[in-house]
Amino acid sequence: MVIVNFISSKGVLKSVNATEGETIMDCAKNNDIYEIEGECGGGCSCGTCHIYINDEWVDKIEAPTEMEEDMLDFAIDVKENSRLSCQIKIDETLDGITVQTPEKQF
Amino acid sequence: MDNPIQTDVLIIGAGPVGLFAVFELGLLNLNCHVIDILDKPGGQCAQLYPEKPIYDIPAYPVITGQDLTENLLKQVKPFSPVLHYEQLASKIEKKDDGNWLVETDKGLIFDVKAVVIAAGGGSFEPKKPNIPDLDKYSKSISYSIDKVDRFKDKDIVILGGGDSALDWTLQLYDTAKSLTLVHRRDKFRGAPATVEKVMNLRENGKIQFHVGQVNEIIGNNGKLSAVKCLKSDETINLPCDILMPFFGLTMSLGPLDKWGIDLSDERVVVNTETFETNIPGIYAVGDINIYPGKLKLILSGFHETALMAHAVFKRVNPDERLTLQYTTTSSSLQKKLLSQ
Repeated sequence: MVIVNFISSKGVLKSVNATEGETIMDCAKNNDIYEIEGECGGGCSCGTCHIYINDEWVDKIEAPTEMEEDMLDFAIDVKENSRLSCQIKIDETLDGITVQTPEKQF
Repeated sequence: MDNPIQTDVLIIGAGPVGLFAVFELGLLNLNCHVIDILDKPGGQCAQLYPEKPIYDIPAYPVITGQDLTENLLKQVKPFSPVLHYEQLASKIEKKDDGNWLVETDKGLIFDVKAVVIAAGGGSFEPKKPNIPDLDKYSKSISYSIDKVDRFKDKDIVILGGGDSALDWTLQLYDTAKSLTLVHRRDKFRGAPATVEKVMNLRENGKIQFHVGQVNEIIGNNGKLSAVKCLKSDETINLPCDILMPFFGLTMSLGPLDKWGIDLSDERVVVNTETFETNIPGIYAVGDINIYPGKLKLILSGFHETALMAHAVFKRVNPDERLTLQYTTTSSSLQKKLLSQ
């Protein structure tokens, strides 16, 4: 089992059990993390599943593809540690990962 | 165009399910007009993923959103639907004769026997950047260009790096007093020819470009004078009369929640026998509706249109008997389908 920690824009922590193979967006939707929208359903097409990866985890995740970078252009309040959660598959190496959700997805 | 426009059914939404509704209603001799907020048919398929493959359309091992849309347009052609783009259904009113009057934000009025809501995730609207007091400056903020004259001799700041941001940069740099493009990275996601043109303008000093993010606006009484741009090492002020953010579109329910229709979790509740809402004569199909067991799939939406069409027929022609006919065997259906 893999634990994913979501911190909301208001600073509230919610730790949830994730299933390996699902994306962080799936995990968020399955656990009522309401600051993740995921309008397009995980197709890297809308930029509304935007998250910030906590610094110590940034290097443990594969770098974003060109397609994800392009779609991040349409996300709101993008920072250096911004990612689209639909593009990050959960496996055991991410056990304990902490991500923050932004105040606004659109 | 004559106002009001009289037809049998108004379909709200020209996505795949709205288009297929034209087909199913057409088979039953019901004529349709279709309105959509976008400037093209296809809905999410065209707006969000035109090039991406879809794998779960029956009989198509793989098809792109664009091809699906084009095929549907071909399929509904025999029924000559009239499509009206960039129209948002804003008002609905029941007439004494039982028909509905639907008015759009651009002033079209439809007088119809039934309304079918096939609005998917709702209407598309521009994403707004997260800038405090943005709404107070709505007159100085523009998400599209109506009249180029408005931009004459103005300081314009464009946010974003996609096709819209770049296209409007090319359109406006000559008219504007100054044009500054602000993007989060020094790379653009646009048609190569467009990107090249923008790069040339930048090299020749015709436009200013900053890697950064606008996070504050400065002005008075709703009139903008400058914006603050946060760069990696400093914050700078950019003169700005009109701010144009281009961060793509998002979907919202729009005015639907004011129509008295029962909603659950921002979706329209329907009876699964008829796909009628709580208001007789107003139907909902596709992603916008909700019922026990609902799956948000294009194929579910297609199925829903067939049941909806039969229900609409019975409502419009209460005294006529309706038998299910097959396009393979019915000569009258074949005549309709081959008419063009």
